[in-house]
Amino acid sequence: MKPAFFLAALLVAAAPAHADEIWVTNEKDDTVSVISTDTLEVIATYETGERPRGVTFSKDYSRLYICASDSDAVQVMDPETGKILHDLPSGEDPEQFVLHPDDRHLYIANEDDAITTVVDVETRKVVAQISVGIEPEGMAVSPDGKIAITTSETTNMAHWIDTETLELFANTLVDSRPRHAEFTADGAEMWVSSEIGGTLTIFDVATQKEKAKITFAVKGVHPDRVQPVGFEFTQNGDHVFVALGPSNHIAVVNARTYEVEKYILVGRRVWHMAFNADGSRLFTTNGVSGDVTVVDVAKRKALKSIKVGRYPWGAAFRPTP
Amino acid sequence: MTAVFMRKIWFALIVAMALTVQAAQAASLTVGYLRIDAPMPPTLSNLDPLPEDDGLAGARTGLSDNRTTGKFLGHEYTLIERRVPEGGDATEAAREMLAMTPYLILDAPDDALLAIADMDAAKDALMFNAASGTVALRDDECRANLFHTLSSDAMRTDALAQVFVRKRWTDLVMIAGIHPQDIAYAAAMRRSVRKFGLTLEGEKTWAFDADMRRNAAQEVPLFTQDFGDYDALILADELHDFGRYVLYNTWVPRPVAGSEGLSPVGWSPVIEQWGASQLHSRFRKAHARPMTARDYAAWAAIRTLGEAVTRTDTDDPETLRAYILSDAFELGGFKGRPLTYRPWNGQLRQPIAVVHPRALVKLAPLEGFLHKTNELDSLGLDRPDSACGAFE
Repeated sequence: MKPAFFLAALLVAAAPAHADEIWVTNEKDDTVSVISTDTLEVIATYETGERPRGVTFSKDYSRLYICASDSDAVQVMDPETGKILHDLPSGEDPEQFVLHPDDRHLYIANEDDAITTVVDVETRKVVAQISVGIEPEGMAVSPDGKIAITTSETTNMAHWIDTETLELFANTLVDSRPRHAEFTADGAEMWVSSEIGGTLTIFDVATQKEKAKITFAVKGVHPDRVQPVGFEFTQNGDHVFVALGPSNHIAVVNARTYEVEKYILVGRRVWHMAFNADGSRLFTTNGVSGDVTVVDVAKRKALKSIKVGRYPWGAAFRPTP
Repeated sequence: MTAVFMRKIWFALIVAMALTVQAAQAASLTVGYLRIDAPMPPTLSNLDPLPEDDGLAGARTGLSDNRTTGKFLGHEYTLIERRVPEGGDATEAAREMLAMTPYLILDAPDDALLAIADMDAAKDALMFNAASGTVALRDDECRANLFHTLSSDAMRTDALAQVFVRKRWTDLVMIAGIHPQDIAYAAAMRRSVRKFGLTLEGEKTWAFDADMRRNAAQEVPLFTQDFGDYDALILADELHDFGRYVLYNTWVPRPVAGSEGLSPVGWSPVIEQWGASQLHSRFRKAHARPMTARDYAAWAAIRTLGEAVTRTDTDDPETLRAYILSDAFELGGFKGRPLTYRPWNGQLRQPIAVVHPRALVKLAPLEGFLHKTNELDSLGLDRPDSACGAFE
């Protein structure tokens, strides 16, 4: 057990009200549900703007950023109280975003506007708007903060943004309906999921060239319904957990060999996910079944499902305050 | 959004375009949209006028989608539009357009469609039927240069039949209108009833010329009384003439399906999932009305060409045709599955939404209707069902 986790466990034992938390946005309830990673129960539900989807914390976890898509705003919530502190200008219909390593700039995909908006969370001003393809959605930023990625669902591209000039420097085609993007921890690879194409494309960051493609096959499910959306790397970077949408499964992919090692049955239409502090448990949002599945990462099995609001979508981890 | 904001966006757009339009000799695709007007018989109600730009608006949205992608790849897209009034010369208009481009989207009556497809000038053209659901065009009357993005009548009636099977509404009756479209729909429905092991226990023809806004309450109960009992009533009223007065006026209280009530459609504003709400909002913003099934078919046609240009980096018709018919092609169509073309008759494979005016009821193919290669082929003419020989 890692010291940090041991400490966290001690604190949990001492004050169970302060366990680590998973925060989940409920797209059709206009709320966030807070799940205790200790009791695996919903311990709080807070109201948000309309159609909350993407969600992320500031580096010190003192602020929660929420894409309230239909309110055309990114909302800033105090996670201690659940109160909305203020809205950030976000451009229209923000769907997903990523916080730059500088903890100050949010890169926001404006789905209805074919634009990526860069917002300074301190001055609360729009720094730049960058034209990208139609229905931008997936957002990622490289660990060194030099590159931001937007994927566009209808244009079927990953757009590479130079964060210094705030201009595109490459546009790379991927399979149909790219939904999510992530860099590897070393910044050498950038991964993109394609929902309708049914693939994960892996790019070499230095050359922006495609280096591998991963396909999926879930037993008893027609390939058309195996639709990769959200995914997360494990802390050691060895594996990637991939949500496969309406196939109701999570795939476990070996990040070194690119082989799919296992499919785990979770709830219906699985979207996104977050790990707990030590990465031993994974929490997946299941849109249609309105719940969150807790996966035992070592055993690669679902442990429990937790009822949340209607159409849970995004998920973010917050350690013990 | 403020005006300053908008200006910033435009500026960003122009800069992005200037940056990306570099190396010339890139693909440049011109698509023609040709509408041949046909006489429209009057209908009893004037509640739902057809949009003047039905179909064309979909093509325009598809064009703008293509252009956004094209600006990153240096591909250019142009749409030329032409409308031939009733009694005009359809083939002459087609000839003029074919002199400019081999890519046409057609909204035309069946006889004009075939006349255009059979012209010498159209021999190497790549044309899309985006407005006729006639089954014969996908069957023995198919043409190698004519693809179909509108779902066929048979695809729609098969989708409805799957819902009947699932709901165990097995005993059916049908009222059909007298227009050719009604007769074609009724024929497709009879075929679907047989295909899925349902029974059609009674059929009547609606040939009344009364104005039902005054007397629907009196006429329909009597008209439907001698059907006896059944599980659901099917309406074949594709011009939406009398069907709307049948709902809630039948002698026995039963669900109404088909052209009204529970309807199988290629596209509808009630489809929200699978990213559809984004396409709807994009469309509504541009055209200030909801997107129809014909808009969707025209959108799919121009997006098909755009997708093929994007992936092959050429505007050569032969290459595009081969790519569109290949396994590599797939179109994201906001219906939860990749859309592809049937290589035996050029029909775009697609899920069919079974809807009522306020919500999606089911998306066909329904779970459990299996197929050995593609479940989408449980809808409409499967390879062994189609007498089309022009494609293979």
